[in-house]
Amino acid sequence: MIAMENAAYVVGSYVVTLGGIAAYAWVVLARARRAARQVPREDRPWT
Amino acid sequence: MTTDTRSERRPTSTTFTRWLGAAVLAGLAWLALFGLVLSPNDRVQKTGVRILYIHVPTAWLAYLAFIVTGVCSVGYLWKRSRNLQWDRVAGASAEVGVVFMGITLVTGMLWGKISWGTYWTWDSRLTTTAFLFVTYIGYLAVRDLGGTHHQRARRSAVLALLAVLEVPLVHFSVKWWRPLHQQESVAEGKLNGLMMFTLFVGLVAFTLLYVWLVLHRQRAMAMDDMVADQGLDAALAERREEAVR
Repeated sequence: MIAMENAAYVVGSYVVTLGGIAAYAWVVLARARRAARQVPREDRPWT
Repeated sequence: MTTDTRSERRPTSTTFTRWLGAAVLAGLAWLALFGLVLSPNDRVQKTGVRILYIHVPTAWLAYLAFIVTGVCSVGYLWKRSRNLQWDRVAGASAEVGVVFMGITLVTGMLWGKISWGTYWTWDSRLTTTAFLFVTYIGYLAVRDLGGTHHQRARRSAVLALLAVLEVPLVHFSVKWWRPLHQQESVAEGKLNGLMMFTLFVGLVAFTLLYVWLVLHRQRAMAMDDMVADQGLDAALAERREEAVR
């Protein structure tokens, strides 16, 4: 368990990491959705 | 939800990426549980060691991402395989690498405040890492300079081959210059069983996350290229019509 000393730094590092990843993943998916509005499904080779 | 609606809401998803995403979420939850709660404190670093479980995997991922960018750049420049798919994977990987490198720098600063009493010091590991981070931001800027897709691919591939040379410089800086930054804890066997296991969980979860992010990003880039091509075709058609009139 985390001792109270330095808990803010330790928890802060996890918040920065997981929050940063979540924010970036959201941006990636949002950009994909925006581009997909102009590209028909049949032109997407992975679908 | 129908298949069509789901396809439009998540246009870069496939069955594989959905399963991969679920595995990533499970891995990150597992990592947070072990990293924050179940793993023991270190004898020397005490609570601060918990930052290692995210700091090391993010740094490893940034290295991996930049090396993949270099390999894909070679793939593109290789004359027989001048395929834009190589370029898109290189660009997607570099972007993911920059995100992970930024996170590595921030978590390293927080760890530094605990261990050294300061957020930043200009020692060789920190300085070379910051330099690597700025270099790849420059790489992403160069990708956005304009021109055709192949012009973009060519110039960014050349830059990527120069930039990747910095990765060993950063990695071996702790051996060559003996900085304030600690030596490799894993290779020197300073971690006990549960600590090693937690770090392993972090490495696996972040590697899967990297694959998930690159798959989605390079597909979004492929669609961006298609949209740009459509715009170019439309502009050319308009010019031809004007010329006929």
